Amino acid sequence: MSYEVELKHIEKYFGSFKAADDASFGVEKGQLAGLLGPSGSGKTTLLRMLAGLEQPDKGEIRIAGRLVNDVPARERGIGFVFQNYALFRHMTVRDNLAFGLRVQNVDDHTIKVRTDELLELTGLTAVAKRYPQQLSGGQRQRVAFARALAPNPKVLLLDEPFAAIDAKVRKELRSWLREAIHNLGITSLFVTHDQDEAVEVADKIIIVNKGRIEQAGSPVEIYQSPQTPFVADFIGESVKVEDYTQFKGFGDEQAQAGTYQGAHARMGIIRPEFIELAKDEREISLPLGAEQGVVKATYFRGSSMAVDIEVRGQILRAARSLEKEPLQVGDKALAFIHRIYSLDAGQTRIIENRAKRQESVVI
Amino acid sequence: MELVRKLASVKAREKLADGAWQETVVKWSLIFTGAAFLVSMMVLPLVLIGVEAMAKGWAAYVRAVSEPFAQKALWLTAEATILAVLSNTVFGLAAAWLLTKFDFKGKSLLGAIIDLPFAVSPVVAGLFFIMLFGRLSPFYDTLQAYQVAVVFAVPGIVLATIFVTLPFIARSIVPVMEAQGRQEEEAAALMGASGWRIFWQITLPNIKWGLLYGIILCSARAMGEFGAVSVVSGHIRGKTNTLPLHIEILYNEYNFTAAFAVASILVILAVVVLILRNLVEWNLTRAERTGEHEL
Ligand SMILES: Nc1ncnc2c1ncn2[C@@H]1O[C@H](COP(=O)(O)OP(=O)(O)OP(=O)(O)O)[C@@H](O)[C@H]1O
Ligand SMILES: [Mg+2]
Repeated sequence: MSYEVELKHIEKYFGSFKAADDASFGVEKGQLAGLLGPSGSGKTTLLRMLAGLEQPDKGEIRIAGRLVNDVPARERGIGFVFQNYALFRHMTVRDNLAFGLRVQNVDDHTIKVRTDELLELTGLTAVAKRYPQQLSGGQRQRVAFARALAPNPKVLLLDEPFAAIDAKVRKELRSWLREAIHNLGITSLFVTHDQDEAVEVADKIIIVNKGRIEQAGSPVEIYQSPQTPFVADFIGESVKVEDYTQFKGFGDEQAQAGTYQGAHARMGIIRPEFIELAKDEREISLPLGAEQGVVKATYFRGSSMAVDIEVRGQILRAARSLEKEPLQVGDKALAFIHRIYSLDAGQTRIIENRAKRQESVVI
Repeated sequence: MELVRKLASVKAREKLADGAWQETVVKWSLIFTGAAFLVSMMVLPLVLIGVEAMAKGWAAYVRAVSEPFAQKALWLTAEATILAVLSNTVFGLAAAWLLTKFDFKGKSLLGAIIDLPFAVSPVVAGLFFIMLFGRLSPFYDTLQAYQVAVVFAVPGIVLATIFVTLPFIARSIVPVMEAQGRQEEEAAALMGASGWRIFWQITLPNIKWGLLYGIILCSARAMGEFGAVSVVSGHIRGKTNTLPLHIEILYNEYNFTAAFAVASILVILAVVVLILRNLVEWNLTRAERTGEHEL
């Protein structure tokens, strides 16, 4: 498999601070990949090195198979959408879009046709004569996008393209961007620290933490088989538990839990979707393996309720359908934990509840 | 009971009125002090210059102003000012560009060096040029051999003026450039633009009001410069006298009318500069507010 864009063993220091640490990943041609990680993890730095705005201290950067470490930014043919857009403030929307084409000495007629086409695509025709400061956040975002696309780049990089936009417009723009990019077939890489955004928009997710690549894969892979403790914790609404062997069905069983080495050997991660929550025995499929708990808090989530339930002194987060009888704070409830991610020895393993396996054995 | 409450409320109101009255007194006495200070320190001298200049009538004024030495001094001042503005614009742009768009070792040192002329007395600056190019200079013989006169000649005056006004332009554009960051330039570079194009089409339009502001401050200072120029000039009438030096000479010769008449030229120039400065300043804040750079 050959990548259109590839970073290999990239290292980058700012003074003595290591902003990229042996980072390697690739994006296939036409793919829309998302670089996901907490604030300060080095996402922007990776993107800037790809674009040629920053030089790596070590490692290779390849675009379409060609080593570009020594190619200056302006010759890399990359479209870039900045975190805060960086529109040319003294130019109208139309002139912003035309700039890249003027640089290429494209003739005026072609420029007019191309900018018209892009204004149409981004729905900005009506504001073409305005200056950036006279636009809304969403409009600015689209200008930045159209401006990056104007010179027909091979690769498009977007740094938190939706960060400065309110929630509703953000949702609209997300699906719009996804479609636009797929229609154009441009290899794209976008940065975000919002996992919903990454999951919704990206074909491939690359998880960054402290300058290292933790995992790269499809959203489903990342979600279902996190390979490092960080990913398991970072993705989803995860709750960390110090000792998962205390829960029913995960009890002390050497064969299951490995040999318990190190301080965090019994640490585990439980996601809301791993927990089946029930008001009483009748509601639950496997009452034997269920834990008794007390509801500590509930949050309305629009389509469901999030419920914090205390089980064995540990607060767990679970979800409850609005169709079911609501739970109140202080209610007793049952929680069946289907599975847990164990973080033993820096590896994540999925551990299924023993009660489930036993019952399936019985059947 | 009722009565007590009424009394209390009246007292409270009186107190309030008392407070408001005090406030008014403070306000007006501050305004008066400020105005009196301005009038005695700024307006009065300016008016007196006008009155003195016209003391012997309009004809005497015109004669004093159009007299050849005065004209020569005016042109020399103009020459020094224009050259200082030109060279400091180039230097200021380069320095501000370096300071804001690049990271390098010795960056803060460069910043400090730019401010040096603000810290050094102009007279010291003048002496510095005498040391560098005068009789005591190691280059003196070479300069003599090529018949280049720097000290007590026009080049010295221009150099001294450039030195004294060096920080103005750089210091006016650095904050503007800093506030705007590098991203617009980076965006342009990613689209393939050359450094030259980026400068003319992205950077310059973004900083034009700041630059103009710096140019105006620089010209004002260049026209009025006395100390440094006085040291290097040699006071040769009709050759190395700028307007401020010419005024001093006239004054020392007890030729008050002529001195004030010539001084009035500087005053008029200063007022013009002040008006321009305010126009540009107004535009600068407006541009910052709206981000629009249209006049
Ligand atoms: N020019 C620089 N000089 C020094 N340190 C820097 C520089 N640029 C980034 N860093 C540091 O490198 C680390 C990674 O920064 P980066 O901007 O890549 O993070 P990020 O993942 O994009 O974060 P965010 O989500 O907040 O934008 C941060 O700790 C930051 O302080
Ligand atoms: Mg960032």
